[in-house]
Amino acid sequence: MADAFDTHDRTWQALSSRNEELGPGLKATAPSPYRNWRVTRDADNLAWAVLDKAGSSANTISPDVLEELDAILTTLEQNRPAGLVIRSAKASGFIAGADIGQFVGMTDEAEVAAGMTRAHVVADRLEALTIPTIAVVHGYCLGGGLEVALACHHRIGVEGSTYGFPEVQLGLHPGLGGTARLTRLIDPLEAMQLMLTGKTVVAKKAKALGIIDVVVPERHVEAAIQAALAGKLSSPKPTLKARVLDSAPARRILAQRMKAEADKQAPHANYPAPYALVELWEKHGGDFEAMKREEIQSFARLMVTETSRNLVRVFFLRQKLQGLAGRPPKIKHVHVIGAGAMGGDIAAWVAWRGLTVTLGDVKPEPLAGAIKRAAALYEKIGHGDKLRIRDALDRLIPDLKGAGIAHADIVIEAVPENLKLKHAIYAATEPKMKAGAILASNTSSIPFEELRTGLSKPGRLVGLHFFNPVSRMMLVEVIRHDQLDPEVEKTARAFAGMIDRLPAPARSAPGFIVNRALTPYLQEAMTMLDEGIAKETIDKAAENFGMPMGPVELADTVGLDICVDVAEMLKRELHWPMPDAPDWLTKKVEAKKLGRKTGEGLYVWKGGHPVKDLKASKPDADMADRLILPMLNTCVALLREGVTEDADVIDASMIFGSGFAPFRGGPLSYAKARGVGEIKARLVELAGKYGERFKPDEGWDALG
Amino acid sequence: MSENIESRRQGRPVYIVDGARTPFIKARGKPGPFTPVDLAVQCGRPLLLRQPFAATEFDQVILGCVNAGADEQNPGRVAALRLGCGTETVAFTVAINCGSGMQSIDTAYKYIAAGDSDLILAGGAESLSNAPLILNHQAVDFFAGLNAAKSPLDRARAFANFRTDMLAPVIGLERGLTDPITNLGMGQTAEVLAHIFKISRQQADEYSTESHHRLAKAQQEGWLNDEVEPMFARDGELYDHDDGMRADSSVDKLAKLKPVFERPFGKVTAGNSSQITDGASWVILASEEAVKKHGLKPRAVILDSEWAALDPSIMGLGPVLSSTPLLQRAGMALSDVDVWEINEAFAAQLLACLAAWNDEAFCKDVLGLPGAAGLIDRDKLNVDGGAIALGHPVGATGNRIVLHVVNTLHRLGKKRGIATECIGGGQGGAMLIEAL
Repeated sequence: MADAFDTHDRTWQALSSRNEELGPGLKATAPSPYRNWRVTRDADNLAWAVLDKAGSSANTISPDVLEELDAILTTLEQNRPAGLVIRSAKASGFIAGADIGQFVGMTDEAEVAAGMTRAHVVADRLEALTIPTIAVVHGYCLGGGLEVALACHHRIGVEGSTYGFPEVQLGLHPGLGGTARLTRLIDPLEAMQLMLTGKTVVAKKAKALGIIDVVVPERHVEAAIQAALAGKLSSPKPTLKARVLDSAPARRILAQRMKAEADKQAPHANYPAPYALVELWEKHGGDFEAMKREEIQSFARLMVTETSRNLVRVFFLRQKLQGLAGRPPKIKHVHVIGAGAMGGDIAAWVAWRGLTVTLGDVKPEPLAGAIKRAAALYEKIGHGDKLRIRDALDRLIPDLKGAGIAHADIVIEAVPENLKLKHAIYAATEPKMKAGAILASNTSSIPFEELRTGLSKPGRLVGLHFFNPVSRMMLVEVIRHDQLDPEVEKTARAFAGMIDRLPAPARSAPGFIVNRALTPYLQEAMTMLDEGIAKETIDKAAENFGMPMGPVELADTVGLDICVDVAEMLKRELHWPMPDAPDWLTKKVEAKKLGRKTGEGLYVWKGGHPVKDLKASKPDADMADRLILPMLNTCVALLREGVTEDADVIDASMIFGSGFAPFRGGPLSYAKARGVGEIKARLVELAGKYGERFKPDEGWDALG
Repeated sequence: MSENIESRRQGRPVYIVDGARTPFIKARGKPGPFTPVDLAVQCGRPLLLRQPFAATEFDQVILGCVNAGADEQNPGRVAALRLGCGTETVAFTVAINCGSGMQSIDTAYKYIAAGDSDLILAGGAESLSNAPLILNHQAVDFFAGLNAAKSPLDRARAFANFRTDMLAPVIGLERGLTDPITNLGMGQTAEVLAHIFKISRQQADEYSTESHHRLAKAQQEGWLNDEVEPMFARDGELYDHDDGMRADSSVDKLAKLKPVFERPFGKVTAGNSSQITDGASWVILASEEAVKKHGLKPRAVILDSEWAALDPSIMGLGPVLSSTPLLQRAGMALSDVDVWEINEAFAAQLLACLAAWNDEAFCKDVLGLPGAAGLIDRDKLNVDGGAIALGHPVGATGNRIVLHVVNTLHRLGKKRGIATECIGGGQGGAMLIEAL
């Protein structure tokens, strides 16, 4: 709720609490009869129901929240107010969605349907109130939260609020009447688009679409409420287009297109939710009551699918890693050494997140390139917010002379993988660092036991291994070694959370988690290429399994030079029974045909996409297992070796660091679901057919 | 005016602690990538990063700027906020045309000397390439009429008032460089002085060539590396040196140019005038207390300053009128000044200043000196080139020449320097600085 430029300004600090509009008596001492709600009446007999979910920093919809709302509605019917305002007491936002915890362990479709039916009763009751109902939304308004707002007659959006239906990301679609209410309120195509993509829209866009009636800064909330009560807020009227789209024939045609689009994004055998949503609208779009009824059934069916269970698991994996981050640390200034592809992008991301970043390099040209890339990134993700873009660029400071080191709370080294170079840099940098400052390395292949020699305080050295591109890949592997100060490790994890990344703690072992697990996947692809199998076919096998891109495309994206380096390092350090890199591959690397970044590698790349032969043959039955099982095998080895102690962290790392098919819940989760015995047998079979590299790891038995 | 320097120094000593500037980049026909505040931020960031105190420690921020952008009114405050000086630090902008970047230092000097402030960031910034095209009056009336029109019919009527001559913009820069009292362009005032003091075209061209060569040498030798901080634009372009410099400058080449302000007989050309440029500069000023509190190592102390005014048509003599009292009060001769920075607004103008100091009648009648002051040794004057080679971003120049005096005194191991400049509108500013 801050309009201030600098919330530390003393004058602003003294006044900021007066800039909120939460209704009378929110801070009243009289106890509330409800655990999660506080209900008051103001001088004009306007009722305020403020949601302040007990024991949580965010509001979510759970059965008890709805039961209490039901009770509140009863009291309002008995003693009618002039109107009802629903608002959140949480600083972060309105309502984040349903309490996902209640989705866990749901296997009984009928039970789910019964629960949703009860919830619908409350939402319908809210909608049926004959007094004006007004939702005042600040911050995020997602999923079930948006559904509650849609059940109100008016929606007032505070500046900075965001709206969305992210249920598809959990393998579901809205289940509290949102599908019916949104398609009735706004252009049904826009509504479907929102629900199919799960994207959030900003307040301005929400107003343009008609989701909310008005966007106001905090200081005009009261006036907006009065306007709503007086009937002066213009509610959007259904357009001619919307009325045409309500017809069954129109919906049928559009539904075909939507289904085709959805399938292109993700095959509906793996992700049934978008398809189910389109069918729901296609069949019942014109009939409000029917759509609500069928929504419950469709939702219940989806809830018990394996995909949804796995995507809910992914949600909790994300939360788990966020939990590993803990509370935000007192970090204000970060210094990044090395303005190459990774260093520059790390610096750009950290500056975007609000920290001051000094970026060092030996020459100014890489700095200039980093600034250019940062400006382009900010334009893309800044959505035209000129001030935010300007401020982020002001915070990203090219620093040839390294003056920022003395100010830095964290120094992140992101120079090429050369031990001598890194040692020289540490020797020059450490003396300039603040007493408690952390030295982090983005190294992917140099052991920390070697990196730390020469440091006067080896305990301050930690690994922060980012993934490319930094702005889109959530994972950061936080690497420890046996001399690492536990406080430093804790702060490193907290820093990852502070910049909205997910920390995966691991110990300094070759390839850490993701690179190590991906390498056999990539190498098997090279072997298959050597056998004469078409690259498109290999990639298709992986894509059918659910990988976002196949191994050949991935190798080109990462860079063939990097893949070869990592593979050689792993083979050396871990004594893997892997074949050497084929000659043709090393020749390609020598000829600088490195993949996407040079325009050609294994594929030819045009406009950032590989040129694929669409007529390549379909993959055979062995191919997916040949590619995926070695990945699982390595994950089991990682667990056995205790590189990270936790199977969940391995699964989360593979999902958030390499995009491992989320609907499968992660490699180890998939392995357990498929059956340890079956996988071991399959590995033995593949070893017989294709080589020793498929031999099952000793750790499989412990996994069952 | 016959006080001595001691009686002038009523207040506390004021130290110059550090400073930095951007490369000065030549305006090349289209708007440059940086606004005045952008320029100020580009050199301000590295300067503040290397100080042992936080940016919020400044008592004030003062910025000289003549052409403030419409989106950056009071650019001093906008720059101060973008540099992290904090919402609670007073920041303002000063304007006295070419003297603005020195006026910020002088104002800071007075505040600190009087005991009202201890630590001030004083700078100058100008983005001449972004000087606006101004709508002429008829166009402004047209748009105002259009804006006021409510109904479609009214709007149609308003549109009918359009005339094509409304499309002829007024070039703001051109108007800005013309003195409104005499209607003489700045270059024309240099022509006046060239005539009065008999400066030839040849002399002006020779001087200009020397300016380019000196800057080239300074760049080669790295003498500007501690003064100039590279700039990084959003499009990935890197600016790391004063790019107006022509190493191949020669008298023959300059002789080919036609007079640019008064054709066909004038002596002032584009080649022997200062260039139209974007740039910014900052200097950090501190009291004794601030020096102690933050453990600073001051590089110089300001001994004295003076502003003078004279007829706008001969504004080019501003340096002579403003520096001479500094010399008198300090009991110094021209030759006692180790480092002179006299802004090269125009070669002819600068040579006219030198001629004036060597002119007995002028010195007696105008300056009140007993005789001619003498000739300034060229080896002490603008030793690393000047505005003819590196450009004259109007609001920044005064600041740059003070900073460069400090840096040059240190490089040469010398003691005292004077930074001085003429000011459009008929004024001059000067500062006497001693290295520590």
